[in-house]
Amino acid sequence: MSKEPAAPPSTPPDAPPALELRGIDKRFGAVHANRAITFAVAAGSIHGLIGENGAGKSTLMNIVYGFHRADAGKIRVQGRAVEIGSPQQAIAAGIGMVHQHFMLVENFTVLENVVLGVEGGALLAGALAAARAELGRLARDYGLEVPLDAVVSELSVGLQQRVEILKALYRGAEVLILDEPTAVLTPHEADQLFVMLRRLRAQGKAVILVTHKLREIMAVTDRVTVMKQGAVVAEVATRETSPRGLAEHMVGRAVLLQVEKRPAQPGAELLSVKALEVRDRLGVARLKSVSFNLRAGEIVGIAGVAGNGQSELLEVLAGTRAASRGEISFGGRDLVREQLDPRARRALGLAHVPEDRLRMGVVAGFSAADNAILGYHDAARFNRGGLRDEAAIRAACAAKMAEFDVRPPQPELRLAAFSGGNQQKLVLAREIDADPQVLLIGQPTRGVDIGAIEFIHKRLIALRDAGKALLLVSVELDEILALADRILVMNGGEIIGELARADATEEKIGLMMAGVRAEASP
Amino acid sequence: METYTLIVLLLAATIRVATPLLLAAMAGLFSERSGVIDLGLEGKMLGAAFAAAAVSATTGSVWLGLGAGILTAVALALVIGYACITHRGNQVVAGMAVTIMVVGLGPTLGLAWFNLGGQTPQLDGVGQRFTGIVWPWAETAREAPLPGLLYAELLSGQNLLVYFAAALVPFSAWIFYRTRFGLRLRAVGENPHAVDTAGISVNALRYQAVIISGVLCGFAGTYLSTAASSGFVRDMTAGKGYLALAALIFGKWKPWPTLGACLLFAFTDALATRLQGVALPVVGVVPVQFILALPYVLTVLLLAGFVGQAVAPKAIGVPYSKEK
Repeated sequence: MSKEPAAPPSTPPDAPPALELRGIDKRFGAVHANRAITFAVAAGSIHGLIGENGAGKSTLMNIVYGFHRADAGKIRVQGRAVEIGSPQQAIAAGIGMVHQHFMLVENFTVLENVVLGVEGGALLAGALAAARAELGRLARDYGLEVPLDAVVSELSVGLQQRVEILKALYRGAEVLILDEPTAVLTPHEADQLFVMLRRLRAQGKAVILVTHKLREIMAVTDRVTVMKQGAVVAEVATRETSPRGLAEHMVGRAVLLQVEKRPAQPGAELLSVKALEVRDRLGVARLKSVSFNLRAGEIVGIAGVAGNGQSELLEVLAGTRAASRGEISFGGRDLVREQLDPRARRALGLAHVPEDRLRMGVVAGFSAADNAILGYHDAARFNRGGLRDEAAIRAACAAKMAEFDVRPPQPELRLAAFSGGNQQKLVLAREIDADPQVLLIGQPTRGVDIGAIEFIHKRLIALRDAGKALLLVSVELDEILALADRILVMNGGEIIGELARADATEEKIGLMMAGVRAEASP
Repeated sequence: METYTLIVLLLAATIRVATPLLLAAMAGLFSERSGVIDLGLEGKMLGAAFAAAAVSATTGSVWLGLGAGILTAVALALVIGYACITHRGNQVVAGMAVTIMVVGLGPTLGLAWFNLGGQTPQLDGVGQRFTGIVWPWAETAREAPLPGLLYAELLSGQNLLVYFAAALVPFSAWIFYRTRFGLRLRAVGENPHAVDTAGISVNALRYQAVIISGVLCGFAGTYLSTAASSGFVRDMTAGKGYLALAALIFGKWKPWPTLGACLLFAFTDALATRLQGVALPVVGVVPVQFILALPYVLTVLLLAGFVGQAVAPKAIGVPYSKEK
């Protein structure tokens, strides 16, 4: 991603803003989600809306798109006061939204998805033909090529997002809101998205980019509004600010974007993997002859575009997926030959924080206390006379919450009620509490807000300094660069190269991620 | 009897059995494609059968009977809609509740009104039943070889509701795949969030689908009590609503394959009736109970093993709320 100069103003200076919010206020029961929010977005600009999870960004955008009705406040579009009580009215006012979870009918074609709701007549044939012509024009103007007759479920996530943008443009959107658009994209797809957004800006559209990623704000926006606890705390031109400045506004205090750490002091080898191979049910090799080792006191980072074998590697090490060949030596045992299950591996001191927290790491409907002992629930300290020792379980959870700054510190609360960052801190607390020798950790800060990221990174480095070995899988290159002492790059199920942190640059890693092997250095 | 006469009679019986099955399956198709499980098919059909027979017997007009059948089934469908769409209740429970209610209510009202042990009076007056419409030259054609017999026995002589059911299949397919309403209906059963963000009311669409289901159940029930027989008797649907649901699943929630499934189920039923007391090669005379069980055994086997990848509408059974 490269920094762009601010766009030349494509509208006369006295033109009214494309979208103007004045004093938007919204309460959900006791929660004051939006407090007198006022800001304006100019046509032909990309406006960033940034804030931590729960800062009220989504509520605000849902009000603009008519999902929620504001308790007070006014919305103006192109200078006209509009009443937005439903998505229908928002669309009519020229507002389009690309939701984080795509609003597509998966077994429909692209064309059917685009016309849904704006068919223009009781019969489909005419609507589809008209849409086909119009989409051809949009594709040319904005570089939004999509196979119109493809079924959506067969498209890549990046293309599905493109369909969402087309849907909004087809409905005549002049203001386009994108809610966390890069959460599901690979870095390359994200870059392509930014190219498209710049093209939309050049055509005079107003784009609102809702995100919690600072680098996206810096890369693509012209102005940025920072929200915290339901209120706007800052609005600045992007080129007059810095990631550090934005982070301070978001969190309300100085934040370390790069956690400090001493050079690693690698000790004895704790885990070694030799010629590991994994085939899926169809016999396709997902891991091809992967070999590496982990030593005490180091963090090894696995970089790569999602879907290149990192997930399989974590799973096969943790024991939730079987290896078809190779060996994993840990604690004097061969985990592959002995076919040890995840519980046995955990007992040996191999802990795992899974990539997909909600699917594999926690049970969202259970209390925090129950989640804090998942997998360790048979431990003697949580049981008494064959029954659960509720007091001990609660006390253990309360202790973990205090140590890992989990908020709110209520062990009885359902886990789903916690933010992503607090859920992750609890999972981390659970696994670290078991005092593992090796910690496998996937996407440690996915869906985690910036304050919690700093905390989690500090804890991981502390664990390393305590002489443990960490294997870190992350699609965030920044995170790998911030934490890892050694970096392995995966591509197509292989480890395509290894770099010491001191030699690693974003460019070198990026090339390897794309499949270019490192030249044999002399 | 000549072989082909036998076959034609078998096919005629198939049509008679398939008609209510098909009407109910199409009713279920509309409801389920919109994302609302239609376990109330049985109840709506039974309610319509009672209302149609009662009104036809009282007024002497089968058309008023049909109207009463439709109104009753739509009213029951709205009960399910109110519980499941407006109040996001459990769709299985609501459908079953309506069915159970009607099973008791029909005979009870019948007893109170007609004092005939829960039945309605015999419909034997002129215009109290839907009767066969004989096509031109049918009697002449009967004397001709096979095509003539097919014309006389299958095409001609069916009652209006049979023709309606037959026309319903291509009409439904056209609605589903060629119209705006069909597109939206299929979308709301797959991803109601997409429909909502497109500015279309999810609840309004689902209510429309549920009402259509009620109307078609009205036809199905009316057929049972005023066309296939002459009056309402207790439990006269005899599980046809559930069989229609099975046909719908076997037909993968699509109009034409569902027609195929209905005809297959009806054919095995007709065959079972024919085979009673007939000595078969190798096994000899099979006890009647086994023969009668045949359609159901077949249904279970088909649903268990031969449906293949039946992909239900993704949002089926899930009440819609804006918050995920």
